[in-house]
Amino acid sequence: MHEETVGSKIVKWVLIGVSVLFLVVMLLLPLATVISEALRDGWKTYQAAVTDKYTVKAVLLTLEATAIAVGVNTVFGVFAALAVTKYQFRGKKVLTTLIDVPVTISPIIAGLIFLLTFGRQSVIYPLLHDLGIHVVFAVPGIVLATIFVTFPFVSRELIPVLESQGTDEEEAAALMGANAWTIFRKVTFPHIKWALLYGVVLCAARAMGEFGAVSVLSGHLRGRTNTLPLHVEILFNEFQYVPAFAASSILVLMAIVILVIRSLIEHRGGKRDS
Amino acid sequence: MKIQKCIGLLLAAVLAGGTFTGCGDHNTVSIVNVSYDPTRELYTDYNTIFAEHWKEQTGQDVEVIQSHGGSGKQALEVANGLEADVVTLALEYDIDSLEKAGLIEDGWVDEFPDDSAPYTSTIVFLVRKDNPKHIQDWDDLVRDDVDVITPNPKTSGGARWNYLAAWAYADRKYNGDTQQTEDFVKKMYQNVLVLDSGARGATTTFVENGQGDVLVAWENEAYLSMRDNPEDYEIVNPSISILAQPSVAVVDDVVDDRGTRDVATEYLQYLYSDAAQRIAAKHYYRPTNSEILKEYADVFDLNIDLVSIQDFGGWDEAQKVHFSDGGIFDQIYEK
Amino acid sequence: MKKGSKRVIPGFGLSLGVTLSVLSIVVLIPLASLVVYTAKLSPAEFWETITRPRVLASFRVSLLTAFAASAINAVMGVILAWVLVRYRFPMKRMLNGMIELPFALPTAVAGIALTSLTADTGLVGKFFARFGIQIAYTRVGITVALVFVGIPFVVRTVQPILEKLDSTYEEAAGVLGASRIRIFWQVIFPEILPAALTGFGLAFGRCLGEYGSVVFIAGNQPYETEITPLIIMSKLQEYDYTSATSIALVMLVAAFLILFLTNLVQSRSSKILKGGQ
Repeated sequence: MHEETVGSKIVKWVLIGVSVLFLVVMLLLPLATVISEALRDGWKTYQAAVTDKYTVKAVLLTLEATAIAVGVNTVFGVFAALAVTKYQFRGKKVLTTLIDVPVTISPIIAGLIFLLTFGRQSVIYPLLHDLGIHVVFAVPGIVLATIFVTFPFVSRELIPVLESQGTDEEEAAALMGANAWTIFRKVTFPHIKWALLYGVVLCAARAMGEFGAVSVLSGHLRGRTNTLPLHVEILFNEFQYVPAFAASSILVLMAIVILVIRSLIEHRGGKRDS
Repeated sequence: MKIQKCIGLLLAAVLAGGTFTGCGDHNTVSIVNVSYDPTRELYTDYNTIFAEHWKEQTGQDVEVIQSHGGSGKQALEVANGLEADVVTLALEYDIDSLEKAGLIEDGWVDEFPDDSAPYTSTIVFLVRKDNPKHIQDWDDLVRDDVDVITPNPKTSGGARWNYLAAWAYADRKYNGDTQQTEDFVKKMYQNVLVLDSGARGATTTFVENGQGDVLVAWENEAYLSMRDNPEDYEIVNPSISILAQPSVAVVDDVVDDRGTRDVATEYLQYLYSDAAQRIAAKHYYRPTNSEILKEYADVFDLNIDLVSIQDFGGWDEAQKVHFSDGGIFDQIYEK
Repeated sequence: MKKGSKRVIPGFGLSLGVTLSVLSIVVLIPLASLVVYTAKLSPAEFWETITRPRVLASFRVSLLTAFAASAINAVMGVILAWVLVRYRFPMKRMLNGMIELPFALPTAVAGIALTSLTADTGLVGKFFARFGIQIAYTRVGITVALVFVGIPFVVRTVQPILEKLDSTYEEAAGVLGASRIRIFWQVIFPEILPAALTGFGLAFGRCLGEYGSVVFIAGNQPYETEITPLIIMSKLQEYDYTSATSIALVMLVAAFLILFLTNLVQSRSSKILKGGQ
């Protein structure tokens, strides 16, 4: 970069100042509140709350649902982003908009529509019932809801990058006779790897924290279909103020772990790039 | 490679979902109790004594899986296929909705004693220590200098009892003059500072965030708030209140399907035993067994004049007149 | 080149196939049941349901606060992305790492924490109360909660673009004597605008539907601070699915339109970009 002038230095520090202030007030303070409430009655209470049998089960279920949702959405997101950016076809704008729609649906309504589709009042319920398939109020329902609310996150990260990259390189590779998989691996993937990482992390974070849609579909069966956010709600409603915040702090910690892993990958990748 | 991994993960997940429905061994029976907030601690204690009782009677182990949430939402889920053997909800109206959905047979209210309500509660006031605004009765809640916290009866089933308790008081005060009664209740809701969506949210607003002068709450919830901060709050019992009857029922459709009718019925029947009634009292629910209720006269104010939902013509009628679209509660907020 | 891009690149069938089938299972079929349910009402009934004064008032509250929050997030998101990509300063990696945290926190917990901070007894609320400004239990409070919920959207859509954006452009422009402000508006801004718009659209949609965090901070007074998702919730409590789905459908259409518009602008501006190159 060229030399920094005094003016640009001022701009730089003003912008940094604004950013830091914004993040501290809007982000760190609420999180600090969660942690301080969790520890309000001391370490012992906290420990008891986070090692509770049902809390641990809720953590495991949350991890399972998150892993599956991230997997499905990553595969889907890559294909969708490629379809939308690398090829020309009709109805493309409607398609991209449809992919975004799940984010904009109130989570409660999201849960409700799955309930109406797979629940007892649905036309396919007798069939599912006879086959012994439990969708709603069981793990598959929770997974579906989680996939739904995080649906566009990966593809949304990839589309702008692929769009600004254009199709020239892929076309050249195709003309030279490379097959689809090779083109993806050698040409496209290096462009999207950071965006993909962002998308996966975004998706994982949101999947862990999802509450509304899952809450409609879970049935709240303790130890079976309670995810961590649901467990937090139940504790809260039980007037267990401090344990509720303790359980929430696990979610914050889980998010931090994911974010640290991402930052490590970024760091290593960044070193190699430069 | 990555894609293969993902597909593998997906398959594993589907398998996991499948095994999930598998059953336990023969000598253990498991039933699901779909309940409302906040009965978790009550039923955790009760499940222990019930398991002993059932083992003694039949030699079988019983595992009770609990589910808690807002009463109306829980009913909605059962109606949509959540396989509950028994429901223990906040109001009769929610169980009626399951009857309408064809899951519970007509006449469930009379299946168990006392309108199938093994424990009851009532609506009281929680005020700040030493009662600085001198709140003694419902009249004080319509004073201009008093800010009230109570949840929205449209979103919280439990909060409908709060509204009806206020109505019952005004109705008595104005000798059944509907217009004056309506004005009284309207005035009270105009004093409501924050109309939370649920009972717990209202308590947080009042206790943690320090809003308002009085919280209108269920007796057992008021005691739960007191438990954490005994030196900061007081409970005030109004002269007239309502008998809140959380109802219980066996879900006929599910127990017939799963073959669990006996254990489900006994689970609810045993709630009326002396031991269970004492557990209810310990968790600040009023036992319906009057002998045991008297043992706890130092906890519960037995002099409150309690009206019941029958004085409102039953839940269907109360729902239609007060809480349906364009009903009296909506009119309160009409401009 | 624009007109001539036939499908030279292989793999079209597979990509579109996977996309459409997952989309149908996860999104389209469930959405269809929403429409089917709403169709149980006659058009007149539907219209009556969604035009009740309280419902209309809630649309206004929801749209206003969602718009304000996503606008704040759009501006702050671009600034954050810029700062995180272009500048070096201590603790930068930590800041960068925190952006997704709002997603992981269940919205209800966020709502409770924000309310206790901004109520007039809270740390932030006390400060503003001195100037007679109330945050919690007002529309300002709702906006605060929605800003929290939507932080990651714009940052994370703009960031990859800025990272890929070649600084040689700017350097060339700088060498040619363009001022910094001009460089930003004429070179950088058009590049990041589509991404920022996408982020804005997503944040807006998310804010329209947000329930968990808002109910705690809103005060929920009819006509004043009652949001549409809360009305939907109360309809569900009354077992009135058709009204609930009708109101939900209106929200859905609003969100869909906004997304469609931002997508339109996005593809238009990316076309301009390519044409300009």
